[in-house]
Order: sequence, then structure tokens, then C-alpha cells
Amino acid sequence: MPQAAQTAQTMIGQSNPTAIMFFVAFVISTLLITWWAAKRTRTTKDFYAAGRSITGFQNGLALAGDYMSAASFLGIAGLVSTKGYDGLIYSVGWLVGWPIIMFLISEPLRNLGKYTFADVVAYRLNQRPIRAAAAAGSLVVVLTYLIAQMVGAGTLIKLMFGLPFELAIVITGSLMIAYVLFGGMIATTWVQIIKAALLLGGATILVILTLNQFGFSYGNLFGQAEKLYTNKFLEPGGLVTSPLDAFSLGLALMFGTAGLPHILMRFYTVPDAKAARKSVFYATGFIGYFYILTVTIGFGAAVLVGQKVIMGIDKGGNMAGPLLAEALGGNLFLGFLSAVAFATILAVVSGLTLAGASAFSHDLFVGVIRHGQASEKEEVKVAKIATVGLGIAAILLGILFKGQNVAFLVGLTFAIAASANFPALLMSIMWKKFTTAGAVMSIYTGLIVATVLLVLSPTVWVDIVHKTEKEAVEAKIKVVDANFKNTTDALAKYKTMAGNKEAADKAFAEEQTALVAKKKELTDTVKDEKERGSQIKAAEAKTATTIAVLQSLATMDTAAAEKRIADEKPKYEAEKKEISSAMPKAIFPLKNPGIFSMAAAFLMGIFVSLFAPSKVAEEKFAAQKLREYIGIGAED
Amino acid sequence: MSSKKNVHEMLEDEGFHSLSGQKNTISIILTILELVLYFGFIGLIAFNKPFLAQKLGEGSATTIGIPIAVGTILGSWVLTGIYIFWANSKYDEQVKQVKDRIGG
Repeated sequence: MPQAAQTAQTMIGQSNPTAIMFFVAFVISTLLITWWAAKRTRTTKDFYAAGRSITGFQNGLALAGDYMSAASFLGIAGLVSTKGYDGLIYSVGWLVGWPIIMFLISEPLRNLGKYTFADVVAYRLNQRPIRAAAAAGSLVVVLTYLIAQMVGAGTLIKLMFGLPFELAIVITGSLMIAYVLFGGMIATTWVQIIKAALLLGGATILVILTLNQFGFSYGNLFGQAEKLYTNKFLEPGGLVTSPLDAFSLGLALMFGTAGLPHILMRFYTVPDAKAARKSVFYATGFIGYFYILTVTIGFGAAVLVGQKVIMGIDKGGNMAGPLLAEALGGNLFLGFLSAVAFATILAVVSGLTLAGASAFSHDLFVGVIRHGQASEKEEVKVAKIATVGLGIAAILLGILFKGQNVAFLVGLTFAIAASANFPALLMSIMWKKFTTAGAVMSIYTGLIVATVLLVLSPTVWVDIVHKTEKEAVEAKIKVVDANFKNTTDALAKYKTMAGNKEAADKAFAEEQTALVAKKKELTDTVKDEKERGSQIKAAEAKTATTIAVLQSLATMDTAAAEKRIADEKPKYEAEKKEISSAMPKAIFPLKNPGIFSMAAAFLMGIFVSLFAPSKVAEEKFAAQKLREYIGIGAED
Repeated sequence: MSSKKNVHEMLEDEGFHSLSGQKNTISIILTILELVLYFGFIGLIAFNKPFLAQKLGEGSATTIGIPIAVGTILGSWVLTGIYIFWANSKYDEQVKQVKDRIGG
């Protein structure tokens, strides 16, 4: 099908009865589960850990449900459809933390802890300072990730259902509070499991429908993609430019996954270390499969829907998946997939809220304020109050951050998780000489260094703090670029007309007719008003430049025209260089501080522990080791 | 929970010693393999883009980079599978033996 023949007629962005029907069905069934779970949630063990009754397979699905966000489903499909291979590179980074969790964290965590990862760090160290520090690390990670998810939720739901941003956030927040408040970990787990099954099932159907168009051959799919977008589409492009930057982001993604409180918390829902280990195997399989599906959807959308249409609806490409679903499965399938995306958002924010509430009640309230002395009833009560508090905070912050660039928050979440939570957790498990002071200093160092460096990095310092200057420079460069391209194109096309006024006049008329046709085409195909306006403006500028070139050519001889062509490039380069020098520069050069903040946290933990050794902590390591490896005394 | 002396006795148990040693070795080797797998992939993108851009065969649009990226995902999963296989067949058995012997 030729690209130009396609127009952006889609149900996306309108209130879609099928989507609403599917979504209501999801909400009713999950609320029923919450009601059922509420009757089974009495003790802290039920509330935080679902009574440790979840099987390895179920927990594997639930872990996948916690991790596969709508942003990664819609975002990665969008990135692949617009950038090709670079989107695939990006998706790989999101999987590689899981084996690390399995090899280093999952079993010791299950054997040594009770409800939060702070249990493990505090196992043989002083409870209060450790719990305060670990709770700070957990809560910052939970809040930054929650804001990113909420803002993403509002934007995506608005795009898909045409619902107002604020309403979308209030609905998401209220449902998430209801699941966690009444159903605790039991309800949250089943919401994750249902969502994971729906998401994996829906994506699988979409991939089957897609591959059906290509005779079930990836070769054909890539062949078509190459034809439409050249072989550049199937090669690494501009995503990885600086190796150090890529390395630093890779570290943050890899070890940040192993420091996410809502993921770590899930290992307490299974009966023993063996089930914990199994659940990572299943989760890694499901998540890997999910990314392969998502990437296929991205390539499929690029070929079957077309970049023009995808970017006409949303510049970031977020609607590539839903558009493909509509093209291949009609309104019914679009409705189903939109509802699944909504359910996906709900499940992720519920898991986060529960993790935040546990850090608050189990670590801060019981561990720090009450010195470890509180009844189960009190603890659950505080956890429930924290759930409501966090839920309301998430709704308000989500609305406050409306329209802001929150992409940096995801980078920050992973950088902090990798630097504040992971090093302290790993050293407390592995290293006999680790001390209370070492752990506390390591956590705060990771937290502060990651945050400060990220603020000074290009991601925040240039893109957000100096946004206006940056955009002004970019706009100027864009004008100069377009001007240069238009001028050289026009010179190349019309240089034979040098000195021929009659031919130039004729071309002049043709250019104007072409502009009218182009404007009409843009009005028909580009849905987004702002995007259409800027494309029309660009087309007008192009015609204006071409006409100016034609007029000047009419008065020149051929030699003068050749000279003008030769002069154009140096003039353009000088101009561009001058404008670029005004570009704001970041104080810290890397986009993600992972490599430095992780190193700082590890070094600080090691130095402080060696500087002031603790005999008591060392002696307790023996008992910890027994429990870690063979599970004697592990919580059941 | 056992008395302090008992804990030390258990720790000196040869079975426990070899079990914890083996587990650490396996965990560290697999972690290093995973790091090599992922950062090897990132390294190729950073330093040898033309290698990844090669076509798989005459007339094929698919680049070598595609199976390598998917291979990194699958490879990570296979590594977790290897660990599971080892733990289920060897480690659990040893844990059981040690537990029986030292009466944990």
C-alpha cells in the first residue's frame, strides 16, 4: 500500500465504547478480587507478603506485571517504529538486570528478610539508622517512579480515550488506592498477574496478526521496512554516540532493576528461596518475550501503518501499537488493547504504592519511631494510612507535573536504585566487614551523588533548566539548516536557467502550484494541529527560498551561478558554528550518572567500614551466612 | 535458633563450606557472563557499528545486529536457566544433606 494514500482516520483519541467496555470489565473483576483478598488480609504477613502463598510461576508473572509498564509497551514500540534498530538496543537494556537479580539477590533476600529489603541490610547491623536510610532510598525511588508513571498515565489515557488529563489521573489514583488499601499484597499480586496475562496475550495476538501480513517471515518484514525507510532503519543509528554514556546508562539500568523496592518486595510473597529463584526465571522469560513482541510491533507499525501517520498523531510515536491494532484487528481489537494499556498502568502504580507504604510503616514507623516495638494491628493501620497518603500525593504530583518533561525521572529512579539501594544490599549480603556506618554512608552517598549529578547532567541542566535557551538555539539551527538545504536544492535544480528569465518565470508558477498541492496534502494527512502548522510553515519557507533563488538566477550568467553554489556551503557552516556556540552546556557531561554514583556508593561503604570496623557485625555474619545459604530460620 | 557454638560448628561443616563456596563461584561466573554479554553488545554498538550493519546474506535485508540483539535477550534468559538447572539438581540436594547432618 503506498504511504501517501493512507490518511490518519482513526478512532484513537475518541471515547471508544469497546475500550470502555473492556476496561470496565477489568475494573469490576479486579475489584471483586480485592473484595475477596480483603477477607484474607488480616496480618502484616498477608498485607505485605500475601501470606507467602504465591507460587514461583505466579510470582514470575506478577514480577513481569510489575515491570512491564505502559510506557515501555507503547514507548518502545513507538521508538522502534520511528527509529528502527535503535529502539531494539534500548529494549535490550531493560531486560539485562533480571539475571543479576537471580544470581546475586533473590535467594539471600528471601532467606534473610521479612517484608522490605531494609530487613536484609539491617539483619546484623543497627536497626534504626539503617532503616531510616533504606526507607529514604526506597521512598525517593518509589516517588520519582510514581510521578513518571502518573504523568505518563495521564498523557497516554488522554491520547487513547480522549479523557481529560486530570480525570485520568484521579481514576488511576483512586483505583490504585482501593486495590492496595483493601486487598494489600494479595490483591496487588492478582492485579499484576491478570494484567501480565492480558498484556502478553494481547501483544501475542497483535504480533500474529502482523506476521500474518508477511507470510510469517521476519525476513519479509525487515525487507519491507528496508524498502520504505532504507537500510539505515535496520542499523544502529544515533542512540549510542559516546561509549562512556552508554556504559553509564547500561549500569544504571542493569543494577537499578536489582534495587527497585517494589520488585524486591515481591520475593517475600513466595514460600521459600527455591520459589524465589524460580520466579526470576519465569519473569525473565516473560519480560524477554514481551520485549521481542514489542519490537516486532514497532517494525510492523512502521511498515503497515507508516511513520507519517504514527508521528502525525503523536510525535513520540507512542500510538504505534494502538494504530497497528486498529489497522489489523479493527475497532474491537483497538478497544481491547487500549484497555490493556490502562490496566498495565494501574498494576504498576499499585505495586509502587504498596512498596512505598511498606517502607513507611515497616521501616520508618516500626523500625525507627517505635524501635521495633509495634503490634501487627498498628503496623497494618499505619501502612493503610501511608497508602492513602501516597496515593493522594501521587495524584497531586501527577497533576502538578502535567505537560512537564518527566523522562529524566525514569533515569533518576534507576540511577538512585542502582546507587543507593543496590550497593548497600549487595555488600550486606556478601561482605563480612560491612558496618552500620558503612551502610548508612553508602546509601546517602548514592542518593545524593545520583541526584546532584543528574541535575547537572544534560538531561536536566540543558533540557529542563536551560530549556528556553536550548530551544531558541535549536530553532535557529533548524532555520539555517532548512534554508541551506532549500537554497542548494533550488540552485541544483534550476542552475541551467541562469540568465533565462522566461524559463525562471515558468518554474516560478510551477513552484507555487506545487505549494498549494503540498499544503492540501498536509492538511489531509497530519492530524496534530501544531505539527501540521509547522510542516506547512516549512513548505512555505521552502517555496519562498526557491523563488528567491529563481529570481536571482534569472539575472546571473552560468559562471556566476556556479560560484554562488560553491560559496553556499562555507557560508552555512560558519553561520551554524556561530549559532551553536550559544548552546547551553551541562556541568556534568553524562546523561546518566550511574557509573559515578554507583562507584561513589560502593567506595564510601568500603572505606567507612574499613575505617571503623565492627566486631559485633562481623560475628553475626556467621549466623547470617547459615540462614542465607540453607534457609535455617528464614521467615515462613 | 542454635547457640553460638553450634553456629560455628555448622559453619565448619565441610558440606556447608563446599556448598557456600560453590554457590558463590557459580553466581559470580554467571554474573560476569551476563556483564560480558550485555556490555559486549553495547561495545559493538559504540565501537563497531559497521559490523552490526552487515547483511545476513545476499538479498536479505536483515542485519547481523538484529539476531545479536535478540540473542542478548535470549542469552540472558538461558543464563538464568543454567542457574536454575544447577540449583535444582545440585544445590538443593547439598542443602538437604547439610541440613540432615547438622540437624538444622
